[in-house]
Amino acid sequence: MEIYILLGFVLILSIYLGLELISKVPSTLHTPLMSGANAISGIALVGALVLGSDTQLQQALAFLAVMFASINVFGGYLVTNRMLKMFKKK
Amino acid sequence: MSFFENISSIQNIIYIFSSILFISGIKMLGKEDTAVRGNFLSALAMFIAVSVTFINVINPILVLVGIGIGAIIGSLIALKVKMTSIPEMVALFNGFGGLATFFIAWSEFNSIPSNNFQYLLVMITTYIGGVTFSGSVIAYGKLSETLKVEKSSIITKLFTTLFYISIIYLLYSIFITKIFSPGFDFYTILLILTLLGGVGFVIPIGGGDMPVVISLLNSFSGIAAAFAGLLLLNNVLIVAGSLVGASGLILTIIMAKAMNRSIGNILFVGYASSSSTSKSEETGEVKPINVSDAYLILENASSVLVIPGYGMAVAQAQHVVRELGELLEANGTEVRYGIHPVAGRMPGHMNVLLAEANVPYDVLVEPEDVNPSMDTVDVAVVIGANDVVNPSATEEPGSPIYGMPIIEVHNARTVFVLKRSMSSGFAGVQNPLFFKENTRMLFGDAKESIGGLVTEFKE
Repeated sequence: MEIYILLGFVLILSIYLGLELISKVPSTLHTPLMSGANAISGIALVGALVLGSDTQLQQALAFLAVMFASINVFGGYLVTNRMLKMFKKK
Repeated sequence: MSFFENISSIQNIIYIFSSILFISGIKMLGKEDTAVRGNFLSALAMFIAVSVTFINVINPILVLVGIGIGAIIGSLIALKVKMTSIPEMVALFNGFGGLATFFIAWSEFNSIPSNNFQYLLVMITTYIGGVTFSGSVIAYGKLSETLKVEKSSIITKLFTTLFYISIIYLLYSIFITKIFSPGFDFYTILLILTLLGGVGFVIPIGGGDMPVVISLLNSFSGIAAAFAGLLLLNNVLIVAGSLVGASGLILTIIMAKAMNRSIGNILFVGYASSSSTSKSEETGEVKPINVSDAYLILENASSVLVIPGYGMAVAQAQHVVRELGELLEANGTEVRYGIHPVAGRMPGHMNVLLAEANVPYDVLVEPEDVNPSMDTVDVAVVIGANDVVNPSATEEPGSPIYGMPIIEVHNARTVFVLKRSMSSGFAGVQNPLFFKENTRMLFGDAKESIGGLVTEFKE
């Protein structure tokens, strides 16, 4: 139980940190921020890598999780980069 | 044994490093000058976290195959997609992230959770991940206009009911099944109900409310990853997931504020029933104008404000709009673009479209910056926007959109409204702007009308 309290602490602090960091984002960056954040949520890939694989079902689930998280990661970062490159100053 | 413990502590130290990069990355993503570098830093953080986890993966070849397939599909979509389809692409990628956490939770359920708290986490992660996935797929369908369901149809009602049932079933799964283990396979039912529930969550939400839903689903995918992190006792998942959850939440709040509505009202009530009495039956003459007369007025204007809306995206008019803007500037006119936060179908939709057409972002202004000086604007050109310029929001208590911050174009000297027909906007509210003394309606396809103006200028 101890470990969950510790990790819960990390969770709360990170959410608070996130809210503070992003609270004043200009509207120009709303879409790139969303798409960039979306790429970060592909961090589920790390979770997918450490899954157990005792049964065939688990192996299949781990494989699918890795694949879909990878689509999220690669697609998310590339599309964000492509979008940001379009924004130009006068 | 000590070797493995060493690896695990090295991994955890590197996770801390990776978390720092994620935090700096998302911070830099919030400022124009540093955004590209911010995105790169966060990609680097991802690469480091994945690489260091890969060291002790059980089945490296299978994993590499999975990553390879994902990389190819993801990159192809990201590089091939047209910039105008960005909203639905973001929704789709978001859904895939949710699906990954859904599978993670499912797999963890099968490795038999060791304590009650883990059991609870499995259920919650399953639910949030699943709802993110199926909800995002529906959002994708709505944004790409491949899915059209009436809000009042029987299908919508059925799925909305399923959404509520899924929540009740989730609570049942969390609290009851551990104590009285049911004789049936309750978890499979949870998996199915979760996916159906996600459909029911998004399906009743109208097109104009899409920016809010997309931001919220974005937030969910982060929260799902953070919960998966708790489940797997993995720090970097928690930190990165929470950051995404927070950024999605902020965008959701910004969008809801821009509509002057609560998030609950947007998700569960919608415009139709929020106010049934809007008797602003506007009776008056609309004053149409043709392209050549519009040209004469524009040619003599010294300050022009362009207000784009979803109609510009539909007509694909952003390139001719930019061309017209350049011609006006060459003519000595000051041109600015008034961007309302909820114009379009996703947060920042108009900004992306205009950026694609090479409009520099420093001539884009937000409502609160441009409203005080609106009376100095000679011509406000409204292109396919409706509710975000509806003066009922400031003048008519009782209107469903009363109190919503708008771009007050009715205070400009002249207003051109480019519109296909006299239909009302997503809120279903008639727009008194069309009947104002200083308003001229330029009917027709926005791209053709502006193209006509461009030709006039060139001659």
